[in-house]
Formats: sequence, C-alpha cells, structure tokens
Amino acid sequence: MGKRANKRTPKRRGYATLSTVLLAPIAEPFEITPPTVLPTVAPLSQIHFYLNGKAIQLAQVASTQTVLQYLREDAHLCGTKEGCAEGDCGACTVMIGDVATNQAGTASAINLRTVNACIQFVATLHGKALYTVEALGGAHPAQLAMVDCHGAQCGFCTPGFVMSLCHLYDQNSAPSDAEVRAALTGSLCRCTGYKPIIAAGLNMARYPKVAFNTALTGTLAPAIEHPANTEPAANAFYSPTTLRELHQLKAAHPTATVLAGGTDVGLWVNKQFRQLGHVIYVGNVENFAKITEHLSHFEIGAGASLAATYAALAPHYPQMNQMWERFASPPIRHAGTIGGNIANGSPIGDSMPAFIALGATVRVSSARGSRVLALEDLYRSYQVKNMAPDEVVERIFVPLLTTIAKLAYRFRVYKISKRFDSDISAVCMAIAMSVEQGVIKQVRIGMGGMSGVPQRAPHLEQALLLYAFTGETFENAKAALALDFQPLSDLRATAQYRLQVAQNLLTRFYLECENPQDETSLDVANFQL
Amino acid sequence: MNITPSPTEKVQVHESAHLHVAGTAVYVDDIAERQGTLHAAFGLSACAHGKILSMDFSNVISAAGVVKVLTAGNIAGENNCGPIIHDDPILADGTVHYFGQPVFIVVAQTHDLARRAAVMARIEYAPLPPTFSTRDAAEKCQFVVPPIHKQRGDAAQAIKSAPRKISGHFEVGGQEQFYLEGQISYAIPVENKGMQVFCSTQHPSEMQHHIAHCLNIPFNQVTVETRRMGGAFGGKESQSAIFACAAAIAANACAAPVKLRPDRDDDMLITGKRHDFNYDFEAGFDATGRLLGVKFSLISRAGYSADLSGPVAARALCHVDNAYYLSAVDVRVMAARTNTQSNTAFRGFGGPQGALAIEYVLDTIAHELGLDALEVRRVNFYDEADKLDKRCTTHYDMTVEDFPLRDMLAKLEASSDYWARRAEISAFNDSHGVLRRGLALTPVKFGISFNVNHYNQAGALVQIYTDGTVLVNHGGTEMGQGLHTKIMQIVAQEFGLTLDAVRITATDTAKVPNTSATAASSGTDLNGKAAQNAAQKIKARLSEFAQVKYGFGDLRFADGYAHIGDNQVSFKYFITAAYQARVQLWSDGFYATPKIHWNRDMISGRPFYYFAYGLAATEVVVDTLTGEYKCLRVDILHDAGTSINPALDIGQIEGGFIQGMGWLTTEELVWNKDGKLMTHAPSTYKIPTVNDCPKDFRVALYDQPNREDTILKSKAVGEPPLLLAFSAFFAIRDAISYGQKNAAPLSAPATPEAVLRAYTAALAQTAQEL
Repeated sequence: MGKRANKRTPKRRGYATLSTVLLAPIAEPFEITPPTVLPTVAPLSQIHFYLNGKAIQLAQVASTQTVLQYLREDAHLCGTKEGCAEGDCGACTVMIGDVATNQAGTASAINLRTVNACIQFVATLHGKALYTVEALGGAHPAQLAMVDCHGAQCGFCTPGFVMSLCHLYDQNSAPSDAEVRAALTGSLCRCTGYKPIIAAGLNMARYPKVAFNTALTGTLAPAIEHPANTEPAANAFYSPTTLRELHQLKAAHPTATVLAGGTDVGLWVNKQFRQLGHVIYVGNVENFAKITEHLSHFEIGAGASLAATYAALAPHYPQMNQMWERFASPPIRHAGTIGGNIANGSPIGDSMPAFIALGATVRVSSARGSRVLALEDLYRSYQVKNMAPDEVVERIFVPLLTTIAKLAYRFRVYKISKRFDSDISAVCMAIAMSVEQGVIKQVRIGMGGMSGVPQRAPHLEQALLLYAFTGETFENAKAALALDFQPLSDLRATAQYRLQVAQNLLTRFYLECENPQDETSLDVANFQL
Repeated sequence: MNITPSPTEKVQVHESAHLHVAGTAVYVDDIAERQGTLHAAFGLSACAHGKILSMDFSNVISAAGVVKVLTAGNIAGENNCGPIIHDDPILADGTVHYFGQPVFIVVAQTHDLARRAAVMARIEYAPLPPTFSTRDAAEKCQFVVPPIHKQRGDAAQAIKSAPRKISGHFEVGGQEQFYLEGQISYAIPVENKGMQVFCSTQHPSEMQHHIAHCLNIPFNQVTVETRRMGGAFGGKESQSAIFACAAAIAANACAAPVKLRPDRDDDMLITGKRHDFNYDFEAGFDATGRLLGVKFSLISRAGYSADLSGPVAARALCHVDNAYYLSAVDVRVMAARTNTQSNTAFRGFGGPQGALAIEYVLDTIAHELGLDALEVRRVNFYDEADKLDKRCTTHYDMTVEDFPLRDMLAKLEASSDYWARRAEISAFNDSHGVLRRGLALTPVKFGISFNVNHYNQAGALVQIYTDGTVLVNHGGTEMGQGLHTKIMQIVAQEFGLTLDAVRITATDTAKVPNTSATAASSGTDLNGKAAQNAAQKIKARLSEFAQVKYGFGDLRFADGYAHIGDNQVSFKYFITAAYQARVQLWSDGFYATPKIHWNRDMISGRPFYYFAYGLAATEVVVDTLTGEYKCLRVDILHDAGTSINPALDIGQIEGGFIQGMGWLTTEELVWNKDGKLMTHAPSTYKIPTVNDCPKDFRVALYDQPNREDTILKSKAVGEPPLLLAFSAFFAIRDAISYGQKNAAPLSAPATPEAVLRAYTAALAQTAQEL
C-alpha cells in the first residue's frame, strides 16, 4: 500500500489550491451591461462574397443552404464533390479567405484556409472570398505533382486533396513528409493508400513556383438590410458584429441556434434534418476570435478557431500537440471554434479534458451581465449546461505556468481512438499534477468519453493527492477510476475497454514522468525505426 | 515536367488524371441535368424484421416539393434486383428483412426536399423474430444458398494420427466498400417507352437487364452508360441495381428524368458489404509445422438475401489453401441468412476470407512449435508442377503449374532483411516492457478468372477515323483502376501510336452488348484481349490493302507511321488512303478465356486460368497499455506478370494493401441490438487515413511474363494485393504474442480494443500456465 506522505488530509482543498497556488489567479470582474434598449439587428438578406476572385451577390439564400449545395446546384461548379456531407471525407474541401482592401481600394484575399464546403452555410460567406478547385486552372504545382506521381486513381477525392495541397503550398512550397501528412488528415482516399499523394506533396517544390492569385475583382455591395422594425421571416440569418448585438439577439431569440464554425450544426441540418429556426452567426462579431496572451493566462475568445487556439497554446503546452494533431482535421480545425467545442459540451469533445486539467475557466455572458466559472462547472449532465437561454460562451481563460511552477509540474493529454487521425475518442484523459519533494501536491484530472459530460475524476484525484509519486501509488489509485466513472459501451469502445485504458494511462503517465528522456519509447505514434 | 521515377514508356499516367486534378472529370452527379429533372430518395425500414401493417404517406405527400410516392405496388414488372437468385426486392413487399431496407421511393423537386420528405412516413410493423448472429443462423440452418463442402483425403484421420494438433476459433469482420462517390443513377425516359440510365456501376449490362425487368420492357429499349466511377471495389457490381431500378421506376412513373443519389448514411445502411466470417478449425501437423490434415468450417454473413454470397462462398472455399499444399483437407462453407444488409462483392470476393483461414492456422502452429512463422509457411508451400512428390494439386483438383513464391520469397527475405530484423525485434521486445514490435511475412496466391465460366468473355469496338485518330469502346468499366489507360496502351501499341491519338468513350450497353461485370480482377485480361483482337482484325484488312496498293503485305506500325516494306507513310495518310480504297476501318473484337472448366457440383476443375502471387513483410509496434499500434515498414514483392503499366500496377498494390490493412485493423462494423448499423458514415466507420500509410513502404514488381497467353503476358492485379495486408494483422499478433505461452487470441478487425483484449487474454493464459 502506498502511504500518504502527508498525513494532514486536506479534504477537497486540493481542488481549490491548484488554480490558486499552482496556477496564477484570474481576476475577472463580474460585468453588468446596462439594460438599455438598443435597435434591433436586422438579418442578412443578401449575401455578398467573392467566388474564385469575382464578386457575387446572392439574394434569398436559405439560412441553411450549404456552400456545397450552392456550388454544385446553383453555380454549376461540380469540381467540388460530396463524399459524406458531414466534414469527414474532405472531398468537398475548398478555401476561404478574409477580404482586405488596401489604401488604393484594391481588394485581396488574406488568411486563406481550407474548410469543408458540405457543412458551411452560404450565408457565412458574406464578406469572404471562396476558392474552389476551378480557380486553380489545372497547372498548379499541386495538380501537376498529383498527375505525375499518380496521386489520382478514381479521382473523386482528388479535388479535395488538391485544395489541401494548394493551401499547404501557399504556406510552405517545400513541405516535409510530416507536414504533408498533417495537411492531409482531413481527406479520405480509398484507392491509392496515400503513398503517391504524399509523394505529390513532397514534389510540389520541383515545379516552377506559383503564387496563388489573391486579387479580387469587383466590390462587394453593402448588405441590404430589412428596416429595423420589421419582424423577420422565419429562419432568419443574423450576423451580429458586436458582442452587444449578439447578446441582444440572444435575448430576443433565446431559442435561436448560435452558429460558429458549423462543424456540428452542419450535421444537424444535413443528417438530422433539424429545423434551426433563427440562426445567429457569431463569425463576424468583433474581437470574438481574439486571443490575448497575458502574463498569467491566455484569454481566448470563444470564436477563435481550433487551429488558432492550438497555434497559441502549442509553445506553452507541447504536451497537447499530439492531441491537437489528432483532434479533427485541418479543415475542421480551421472552421471549428474553441467556444463551439466548449459550448457544445459533448462528452467526447477533446479540448475540455485538457482544459479542465489545466484549471481553465470560462466566461458566459448575456445582455444581463457575465460570470466566470470553472470549465468543469459548465456541464451538469448530458447535453445540459449551467447556462441560461440568453447566455453565450464568450471567453476561455487558460492559465499559464510560471517558470517556478513548471519545475514541479507534470502534464499529459492522451487521446485514444480506433484510428490515429480524425477519430472521436474512446477515451481522452488529461492529467496535471505538481510534485514537490516526491509528493503529489496537487492534481487535476479531466476525462472525456467516460460519462455524459467531460468531467474531473474526484475519487482518482483523491487517491493520488498527497501520496508519494511512485509506481505503487498509481497502481493503487487505479481502482478509484471505477468509483468516478461507469462508462458506456458503444460503437467506439466497450465500457470495459474504456476503464482498462484509463487505468493503463495512469501507468503510462507515471512511466513517462519518471523517465522523461525515454518518453518517445512509450508512444507508438512517434516511434521511429 | 515529368518527375515520375521510372522512365520506361510503359509508365503512363491515368488517362483522366489531368481531369481528376482539375475537377473536370465528369461523374454521374456532374452531368448537366435535363430540364425538369426530379430527385428521388428511398424511405428506409426502421425495423430489422417485420410485417408491414400500414404505411401512411400523408406527411410525405404534403411535404414541400414532393411529386410522387412509389411503393412495391407501383412496379410494373418484376420487383427484384437480385443478380442470381430473385430474392432481392427493389422495394419491400409486405415484409422487411433488415433495418435500412428501402420501403418506398419519394420523388421531389430537389435532392434535399426528397431526403427530408423520406423520413416523414409513418410505417407500422408487426415485428418478427430477427436473426443477427451468423452462428445462430447456422444452428437454425438459415442459409441463402446450400452450404458447400469439399474433402480430399481423410482429414479427420490425418489429424487424429498427427503428432501435434491444434483447434480453435476466430472471426474476421466485414468491410464497407466506402467508394468515395456514393451510389447514383440518373434515369431519363426516351422516346417509344425507352429508358436511358447513367449509372455508377461495374456492371452496365446487368443494370440494363434489371431495369428492363422491373419496367417490363425488352432489353433493347434500355441503355446504360458509365463513363467512370469514383471507386467501386465490388460495391457497384450487383448493388448498383437497386438505385438504377428505382431511378428508372420513378422516371417512368413521373415521365421525367429522375436522379437518385443516396446520402452516405443511407448508402451504407442500404447496401451490403464484405462478408464477415466465423471460423472453426482443427489441424494436425508434424514437428516442422508441416500440415498433415486440416478441417475448416466457415460461416459467412450473407445478410437477408443471396446476392453474390454463393460465388463468394465458392471463392472462399477455393482459397483456403492460399499458397499451401493441403494433403488431407475438409472444408465447409455456409452462407448464413441474417436480418442485416445483403453482403456482396468486395475486392477479393471471399478469397481473402478463405486464405486468412489457413494463414491463421499456420501462424498458430508456428507459435505452438516455437518456430518462426515464415519457416512454417515455407514448409507448407506448394511445389512446382514438375516436382516428383506432386505437392502441386489444389483441393479442387487444379494443378498449380507455376509457383514462383519460393523464388520470390528468397528475394523478399533478402531485400527486407527479414532475419536480421527478426533478431533485432526480439532483442527490443526483451528489453522493453510497454511497447512490443512484431513482424510477419505472408504470401498470396490468388486465382484469376470468374468462377462461373460464361462470365469469362468480353467484347470491344475499335474505330479509326480518317484523320488517323482511334476511338475504343469496350465492355469494361473504369473505377479508378486504370483499365481504360491500359486498353489505350494496348490499342496504341497495335497501331504504333502515342496515347494522345487514342480515346476511350463511356461504357455503353448500346455499343458493346452482353458484357460481364468489371470484377474478379479480370478487366484488362478480358477487355484488353478483346480490344487487341479488334485492332488486329483491322490490321489484317490494312495488310491486305497494303498488298494491293503497295505490293507489300508486311505492314508494320510504329512511331506514328505505317511501315510498308522499306517505305513508310504517316499513319494518317495511310488511313486516308485505306478509306478511299473502301477498307473497313473499324471492327469488333471478342475474347473468351481458354482452358478453364468447372464442375460446380463436384467443386472440381480448373476454375482459374492462372494464379497471381505476392508477398509482404510488415513490421508494427504495439502499445500494450492501450492496444494502439503503428505500421512501421512494409516490403512487398508482387507478381503482375509482364506489367503493362508499372505505375498503375504499383498503385493497385499499394492501395490494395492499405485497404486490406483497414479491413483487418480499424474498420469495424457495429450493429445495435435492434439491428441498426451504427457505423454508417466516415465519422463512425474508420477507413485508413494518410498517417496509416507506413513511412517506409517499399513495393517492387516481380517482373516475369505470365506463362499463359494473357494480354501482353501480364497478370491481373486488382484483387490479389488486398491479401498482402495479412502481414499487418499477423505482425500485430506476433507483437502481442511475444513471450506468451499461447498465440494471442486476436480476431479481426484488430482495433486497439481487440488488440488489448487479446494481449490481456494471452497474459492471463501465460500466468495460468506458470
């Protein structure tokens, strides 16, 4: 039996102390927005965007028409394919950019990123630039390399791969094997086995350099809006531009669907035929995607993409890298938002276990004001959150470690799934602990896939807290997991596997922390011959 | 710029590659729609087995954009799309047999409206007891076709008197084809009660027949056209029929063009997959691992109807030997009827499931004897036909005339550095607690030809126009495998032309009739010979013409010229001259595979014209804490005869390997207790992705001509490479069995969970023995 190294049993003190001692405190005042009556925000009635560089104006767009439906059925651009209509196969991969206008008034596309056209709604294109495979002209290095390397067999997935390779080329025309693979995890190919596609990515650099033409012709007319006092028709599409407008709309339409990246909402429409009612799109809310690095913590706007969040956190928390690489695919990470992942509260969402372990907090707000709560306290039970109908998730605060705290700090995130890339976790486990003089002084464990919500593991934490950091302690603590969780059996894993793996991950955590120099020898994904 | 590694002129890129990358290759859903086109969707059964008590379509009919609802009663002709046995209704007629079975068709103004309306029907069922387990079905003798049984020698006695024996059980899961382009048909009524259907199918002729039957019109009023498929893998051989028929029925009923494109989820819920198999085995062997007798009992999941389950069972039976001589063998294959999707063709067509049986047995024997599995495999190999001890006859009485595997194995053993790596892996496993490495080298011998004799025929049309360009049409379909490219190469070679002078048009039942499915790896073998035959007929006429016109009969075509004696004229000039001399510049061609014969009742004969061979060595690393694994290195040596196009053949080998690896590792089909398939989309059904492709992946062709007179001495290459993935499965088993008393009881798919379970069981057995 492992003995408690410190006999003074601290009850639940351990939970409170981790964020207050180990992690710098977060001072966020409780804000109250004055309850003034503001003019009603009108829904978008016309959608203006650039299609392959040319200005387009669409009237009467159904709020849930997808970009893929528009491209194939209305624009008759059939190069973009439908393989699954749920963002999992990549056959519909297109590029979206923001529009920048220089002093001379010339518009160009910036911040190009790949997204899945099948789950993006046309209305979210308003003010954006959309590029399809037809924009490439057939002689882009990505296309030439795919031909010469025999990267296409049946050809159906090919335009999607070409778009992902084109996006990669735009950022890095001579990518490494790892970079090519990382860029392509969102596309399925059933014919080639991927080797010639990887070869194409590696060979793009051998063709004459091409710069993607980001020039935009024509100007986007300002949106024509309904008079403010008109009650909109059913299923209006709102695109507020300030937080205040967002709050106001949510107060006026508490049952409206809040739409961010659409990586889940798109499936509600395509697969479940859900009626969304009014849609409130948060993609154009000012500062909603902003990420700010403070001395003690990151402040991440709920609208920040998963990709941007990853990029910001990676230097501070490299232990999360593999989880992020396996977390969906580049097109999904470009579209999906951290706030969407958190507000959705899926029991198998992968960002929450890690953030819970790190002691992250979340600010939810409404026209009535805002409040900050521990992330784990946002979730009550399956699909039930501690949020009022008029509230939205506004910001996430992720603590940063001080140099001193890092010395005593051990943190790991493990994602276990059938397939390495882009698969929903059977189990996601994040463990954060501080160890001082061989004793576990603080511990927070976030778990996904083990119950109806992402949550902490209180019994397990208690079984570790204030014990010596030894293999025996971890071995003895394993039994506590069964007190915390009675996982389900489903198509991804049985209850037995979930519990067994979670217990074994404790062993892995211990072994990795005990021999950090030998770490890669425990990780099949990074194992090299 | 061409950066293709091999400079040989045989290496040609896919004829549509430039269209694929530009997004301008036209698939059925990309065809510009005719005015007035309507869209259909199926309403699916929400009951695995039951009588339909009532169907209320009021909500469907009143839904936005709905034009018509059609049920079984609206089918003028035969309500069947079963390819062999007519037990496969297009629309359920009174009884539903699986969750997801099409019950009705809704036709609407748009694809989206049709889909939304299709879920609004209220259908009441009186449930009947369903059967989901194949073991249960077999116990109740529920079979879609009678079980087949073959014996050679007295296996039971041989096992009984053998010095060592094993027995056991294992399973292999099914596999969704997951063609990236889903099923689709676009039916257009044409004048005088005719029907033209654009269909993503491997079998346009069979689609033509089914459509004619269900519309009750003769074959000559139906044309089916297929330019290309976005993948098929067997899934569009027979099972494109339900979509082709439904689109045609709807188009006929609405007197308008109708397109039917199921959503991915519906596609996966409706259509059949690779058969999962359940195995019982007994084997007797000697101290070297040589088999003395072996008994197999195989139960496949046919699903609710026969479809192609009979031929799949036959091919499984004919492949339980894989590359090994079985002196005394008893094998039984049963096709169990269950209330699930009707399983169908998928690359290998039962061959992989059959061959996996003997590989599992040999792998288990090797562990039992403490021998390297490669040595046990080698000691059981067939001998070539000229050897005295006659270990060269299959259990279905076909002589294995060529057997290059011994030579190929020697080469791959060396090039993959098998034995040094084996030693290194053992050392690694001895010094590491958590990660285990494993290595396996497995062979493939795969029979080439349809098991049904009359399918082994093909036709082609070759037409030369007066500008010297050539148009080819043949009965095979293009699904990405590069068939059209190879046929273009064959015809271009006959006329000494480059590929840009040859064009292939869509496969069309109005051009070449009575074709066989492009299946059984036979596409190039059959259609290539037919196209060559057509070209040679034209060449014979041109020779006669040259004799008359120039006085020389030795006509030769090369480099774009007709060489007549010592003279040469451009191909175009020569053709124009021939035209003016009223020479027929087009011809049909035909081919029927020689030598093959098959007695289905006796399970005896020569069902295969020849065998294709291959070997793969795969190394993996497994995490024994989680069951996760990674494929580290793959070395393949594969026999494609004299390759017509090495780039395309290597593409088939690499793609087949990864597809097979998916089948045996991450691809898991899961049904819930109500019989609903829960893995019906890529979010839940996990085919390999880019990181599953090993970083070190070495593929070489065993470049030897086919001993038979096949097209340009090549060998078929579509299906055989899928079996190379056995090496990945057995490498995982090798890793987790290392140091254990018994080989880990691993079944496929070897998901991380299955791997951890098998490893945990092996540990427990070892602990028990101590």
